[in-house]
Amino acid sequence: MSQIALSSVSKRYPGGHQALNGVSLAIEAGEMAFITGPSGAGKSTLLKLIAAIERPSAGSVVVNGQNVGTLRAQGIPFLRRNFGLVFQDHKLLFDRSVFDNVMLPLEITGFDRREGARRARAALDKVGLLHKEKARPITLSGGEQQRLCIARAIVHRPAILLADEPTGNLDAGYAADIGELFRDFNRVGVTVVLATHDMQLAARLQPRLIEIRSGRVHHD
Amino acid sequence: MTSWLAAHRRACTGTLARLLRAPLASLFNIAVIGTALALPLGFYVILANLQELARDYSPQPQLSVFLAPEATAAEARALGERLKARSGVSASRFVPRAEALETLKSRTGLDDIIAGLPGNPLPDAWVITAAGADAATLDALRGEFQQWPKVAEVHVDSEWARRLDQLLALGRHAVLLLATALAFALVAVTFNTIRLQILTQRDEIEVAKLIGATDGWIRRPFLYFGAITGAAGGGAAWLMIWGVLALFNDRLQPLASLYGLPLRLTHLNGSDSITLLFFAAALGWFGAWLSVRRHLGTYNPS
Ligand SMILES: Nc1ncnc2c1ncn2[C@@H]1O[C@H](COP(=O)(O)OP(=O)(O)OP(=O)(O)O)[C@@H](O)[C@H]1O
Ligand SMILES: [Mg+2]
Repeated sequence: MSQIALSSVSKRYPGGHQALNGVSLAIEAGEMAFITGPSGAGKSTLLKLIAAIERPSAGSVVVNGQNVGTLRAQGIPFLRRNFGLVFQDHKLLFDRSVFDNVMLPLEITGFDRREGARRARAALDKVGLLHKEKARPITLSGGEQQRLCIARAIVHRPAILLADEPTGNLDAGYAADIGELFRDFNRVGVTVVLATHDMQLAARLQPRLIEIRSGRVHHD
Repeated sequence: MTSWLAAHRRACTGTLARLLRAPLASLFNIAVIGTALALPLGFYVILANLQELARDYSPQPQLSVFLAPEATAAEARALGERLKARSGVSASRFVPRAEALETLKSRTGLDDIIAGLPGNPLPDAWVITAAGADAATLDALRGEFQQWPKVAEVHVDSEWARRLDQLLALGRHAVLLLATALAFALVAVTFNTIRLQILTQRDEIEVAKLIGATDGWIRRPFLYFGAITGAAGGGAAWLMIWGVLALFNDRLQPLASLYGLPLRLTHLNGSDSITLLFFAAALGWFGAWLSVRRHLGTYNPS
């Protein structure tokens, strides 16, 4: 059974906009897949459906054998802990330090604080932000904020990494580094699903490419 | 179990940290809750002291049984025997009308007026001491004696103590009402404080939910905050009353020594003080719980 399976998934937003229209695809555990396509095609929507941030209007989204669309509210937090989420708009907390932002996923799961601090620093080191651990996110550049978001997504060692435009604000050098980071994760068995426009990155990592156009799978 | 404890400890220290992060706002908040609680607490303490005083000074439970004017000496004696035989009567004394008149004369100094009366207007009386001092017992005795032949009237001499008791009971009702009203105020204050906190922290709540926080995890710090500010408000109220009592006792001392009275107002005892803190904490927790129930649902991303 696939780790992530969508069958005939449609999503119509309350405003009436049809963001996805009959999407079926399956992603195996340990796979690396890039969701590509023009702006407004429905890439972010697809990731949100997988993470139970949005519910499908039709069809089913199944993750680890669980139907996400019909999951009880109490089950959603535990589903989400399987994921490392990198948001297109970062969703950083500006009233906490860089370090405390990265600690948040560990606090939520009641992780031991000392061991958690060690992991948080390791995650910050991986994205090259350890020297800024005491800074406030507002003082970081766009690219640094993006890397912080990645550090927060990987700190609890999730089984699945869902990243929405993780290299959008990065220069080529950092984008390549982050690409290597994702490849390392993928090598140790993490499923990596990226929504991206970055064809350079795709050329380097040679992932499975899923192209979406106007809410339909155009090419897989 | 240990991780559950650790989570609660963390929520608790997190709450304290949050209180310290905005010390002035926290202080005002605690002062408001403290004042709301200090009012009924103060009344309660005064009532408790009055009650103590009333118990110390309550007189012998005495009844005066006045005989009808036409009763003969033999009838008076028979009545005395009957009174003594009645259970619940521990002592009795006969006061002849002549003795009563003498007492009246010597006590009031109304000799002239009394001398001008055509005869002795006072009846013979039996003064009895009841075994029980509570109002119900005395009332029952009075009602019974009233029915007996040749008894004109029965008077409960400790009536004033009973009036005080009734007054105190009324006071206790008033304190209860006041406490209820102000408990509502405390719940409302906490409700609103938590509402504002949820508003200012909605980014944090949203992000925490997105990355897998349970509702319980999100609610916990707010509930702790409610309980801790409630308890701190209770402590503040206790301190306020303590200060007022200290001041009052200080002023009262010269007056008390002048009359040789042991007048000293005492504060809540240890267990009542603990109860107060728990009660205040429970109210704060309840206000926070209501607020969290009402306002956290609004930020559900799905
Ligand atoms: N919450 C929403 N309410 C209404 N419409 C929405 C909402 N979110 C997205 N949409 C619409 O759904 C469509 C797909 O949006 P989505 O964010 O999935 O696109 P995308 O492929 O991620 O685009 P981009 O590359 O610009 O990030 C868009 O037309 C968008 O306007
Ligand atoms: Mg998008």
